Amino acid sequence: MEKTQCKCGYVNPPGTNLCETCGRSLTEKEQNKLLADMRYEGVARRSQTYNKSIIDKVWNFFSSVKVGVGLIVVILIAAAIGTILPQHMYVPATGETAIKAYYSDVYGSIGRVYHFLGFHDMYSSVWFIVLVGMLAISLIIASLDRFVPLYRSLKSQRVLRHPSFMNKQRIYGQGPGADDTLHKAEAKLKELKYKVRMDKNGLLAEKGRFSRWGPYVNHIGLIIFLSGVMLRMIPGFYVDETLWLREGETRAIPEAPGYSLENLKFKVETYNGEGEDARFSEAIDRVGTVVKNYQTDVVLYQQPEGSLPGATENLEFVKEYPLRVNQPLKFDGYAMYQMDYKLDELKTMTFALTDQQTEESLGELTIDLINPDERYELKNGSTVELLGYYPNFSGFENGEPQTASPLPDNPGFLVEMTTPTTPKGETSFITIQNTIEPFGDNQYKLTFQSAETRNVSGLTVRKDRTLPILGLGGFIFMIGVAQGMYFNHRRFWLQQTDNGDILLAGHTNKNWYSLKKDLDQVSEYALLPAFTDQQEDMEKEGKPQS
Amino acid sequence: MTLTAISSNLLYTAFIAYLIATFVFGGAVKGNKKGTFDSEQRWGKAAIAITIFGFLANLGYFFTRWTVSGHAPLSNMFEFTTAFGMTLVGGFILIYFLYKTAVLGMVVLPVALLIIAYASMFPKEISPLIPALQTNWLTIHVSTVVIAEGILAISAAAGLIYLLKVVDLTKKSKQRFWLETILYTLVLVLGFIISSSYFALTNYEANFQYVNKDGQEASVTYNMPPVFGMNESVPATEETLTPFMETPPLIDARKLTTITWSLLVGTVLYVLIRVVTRRWISQLLQPMMRNVSTQLMDEINYRAVIIGFPLFTLGALVFAMIWAQITWSRFWGWDPKEVWALITWLFYAAYLHLRLGKGWQGEKSAWLGVIGFAIIMFNLIVVNLIIAGLHSYA
Ligand code: HEM
Repeated sequence: MEKTQCKCGYVNPPGTNLCETCGRSLTEKEQNKLLADMRYEGVARRSQTYNKSIIDKVWNFFSSVKVGVGLIVVILIAAAIGTILPQHMYVPATGETAIKAYYSDVYGSIGRVYHFLGFHDMYSSVWFIVLVGMLAISLIIASLDRFVPLYRSLKSQRVLRHPSFMNKQRIYGQGPGADDTLHKAEAKLKELKYKVRMDKNGLLAEKGRFSRWGPYVNHIGLIIFLSGVMLRMIPGFYVDETLWLREGETRAIPEAPGYSLENLKFKVETYNGEGEDARFSEAIDRVGTVVKNYQTDVVLYQQPEGSLPGATENLEFVKEYPLRVNQPLKFDGYAMYQMDYKLDELKTMTFALTDQQTEESLGELTIDLINPDERYELKNGSTVELLGYYPNFSGFENGEPQTASPLPDNPGFLVEMTTPTTPKGETSFITIQNTIEPFGDNQYKLTFQSAETRNVSGLTVRKDRTLPILGLGGFIFMIGVAQGMYFNHRRFWLQQTDNGDILLAGHTNKNWYSLKKDLDQVSEYALLPAFTDQQEDMEKEGKPQS
Repeated sequence: MTLTAISSNLLYTAFIAYLIATFVFGGAVKGNKKGTFDSEQRWGKAAIAITIFGFLANLGYFFTRWTVSGHAPLSNMFEFTTAFGMTLVGGFILIYFLYKTAVLGMVVLPVALLIIAYASMFPKEISPLIPALQTNWLTIHVSTVVIAEGILAISAAAGLIYLLKVVDLTKKSKQRFWLETILYTLVLVLGFIISSSYFALTNYEANFQYVNKDGQEASVTYNMPPVFGMNESVPATEETLTPFMETPPLIDARKLTTITWSLLVGTVLYVLIRVVTRRWISQLLQPMMRNVSTQLMDEINYRAVIIGFPLFTLGALVFAMIWAQITWSRFWGWDPKEVWALITWLFYAAYLHLRLGKGWQGEKSAWLGVIGFAIIMFNLIVVNLIIAGLHSYA
């Protein structure tokens, strides 16, 4: 394609519809229209000009609003499908096979198909991410395609336009004027906060051009937001760890080098329906208990400079904090959240070593269920040796006791008891419910006396350095939306011909009603010729608008 | 009278005022015979005065309840839905002062009435806040959402009026079918309200034991005669109706029963209207739309979206993310409620692009406005009650 030179002498980029300086129609199609297409000032958009190479085709595809809306709708539908059954993170199963089994057990064949199609993990599926990526590309290309030429055209626009441009504007008027008409109009327009430029016998008044950038600004906001989301995949930007902390325990905080946390106490409080809470008594009666507060009282420590990673001695106190839901503990770019808890986890168990017949006790031993000792010394040189410890005993496999997890939910102990009467030692396997004597009947046994419990608090450690980027994106989006929606770009062109006649044209991108109100005020003061809304006239006459 | 009692009386007052105002607005529309707007003005003034009175009472309900409970009454299904009815009326009052459209009142107020009545079918007692909800961000988030949705609903109302005026009801067409479907749906809501109120007033109750989807024993109380029974259910109260059918464990037979009764009563009502008047409901309404300016309705439809969309973005996405970040340590978790807020937002983004970029104005915009409202209602009703999530109020 070639550049088009306008009769006024200006050389326009190929594909221009209205000359960028004087506004004459350059294409035949444009010349035949009754009203000029002012959508993008008649500028040459890349997507409307080239369609040869593969790059052109890709560009044109993504710059189309039809495609953009298509992408939005497809994403919308995919998002909706993802809510038909719960997503995998909300089902009570962990591990690929267990999750797969859960869908087919609970939801039958529908669940099986849903899982098979990958809908259980919709939002991190490759194709969902590809769709969002395509949306982002479309946002960028569609914006560039329009913004760049539009910006250039509005920047270089001339005051004096060709009469054929003026009379193809929706608001148009023509009639006799006086010597001071233009100056009076200028004064009034300035009073109405228009930027006015005069050039020889012409006047251009303009207001709110920045609103034209609204859509591009909001799209930039969206792009920034989406890039923020992508950044979290880079290590260091994003931390998401879980820390289970028992009362009284101090542990290093995962992924937060140098920091440790101590759990002083965990508590759950409920509304009791009395006093202050009496106003809620009816609701509490209906639903039972309602939780008022989950709280872990914690102390944050920091390692002194230069100490070994992971060392827990010589910690320096940083602060004490009541960690509650909605009140995360913040330090050094990290935040710790109260997320979960387990009440009454076993802490210690106390047994007595007794003679099975006489029930005489040789003393008691207390086993710490997190860090058990290997040997316990009792009266008269009796000992109990812990041969094996299975915190969450789950049965035997090939004769070996197994544990399902390192949590002391169902402790099992394999012990050897040695007393003065049984110096060779007797072996016994003890769980909460029963005792097994694998090598025949024993003389002694361990009798359960008591147990101590404590609460465990489940905390989440989070660092998210992308939050400021996301916030910025959201903020820019909102600014752009307001900019484009609540302001509009209004322009008036006035020209006095040699015989004293006034030509007058007006354009806005939105809200024609207010434009006409402004013009009425100017007309009254400067006695401008009467104007008409050519589009409304055409609609009334039933002509097709073009 | 306790403050709690005052609060609920104020809500009744608002309800009655809206009911009266509906008819006065109807009078305003009828009075406007040959497009002489004098009598519309006179009746319209009375109607808007009654509406504003009702709205003040409604605000009174809201703030007295806030005083009693110590938190904004936006924390359960009853409170949220009532607030939605209130913001819908608020949005209408705003638009009325801009455009003086009596016909909009005639459509918006009955919808607001339905919404408030629907809300009061849920437990109404003042409930305490669980820890996750104890934050000002919740109030900020939910109140912005409810205002935005009230305004977006105005867009749908203007769209509905537009359609009632322009759709040709003399010929069979897709448009006619869907328009009537919208009105039929509104009658079904009335069916739900009538059946729930009837069984509540007669104190109906039936208890069952059943086996839930995790294979555990559970109990359930029906407030309507059980059409469907829960999985392996056994009556726990004597002399209850035996359910006609038992559902698989995954389906909540109690909710299905409620839906069935609502469909039944609503459909009977609809058929009655059709038989008595020998008309489609849309045909009953169309004559009232004779003097409506389609251009004005299109303008209101668009205006409401322009105000509602940025507000919705702030409330349902920005503030919601801030709240979620503070409470759940992540600003987004693909919870169904969140996803449906995103869907609503994307939908209105598509509306704007189609209007601006593809010139979808007038009838097309009107349909989109109505569909937007359907999505909002879907999020409020279906997602809350059936697709349970973190936000589930049920
Ligand atoms: C979630 C995604 C998107 C959102 C929230 C969004 C938002 C917006 C908003 C609010 C406007 C201004 C509308 C008005 O002032 O009435 C706009 C305009 C526009 N958008 Fe988007 N947009 C999105 C995606 C896209 C995509 C994918 C395209 C690609 C084709 C696109 C192309 C445009 C165009 C061409 C305009 C009009 C610009 C003009 O005529 O001056 N948008 N967008």
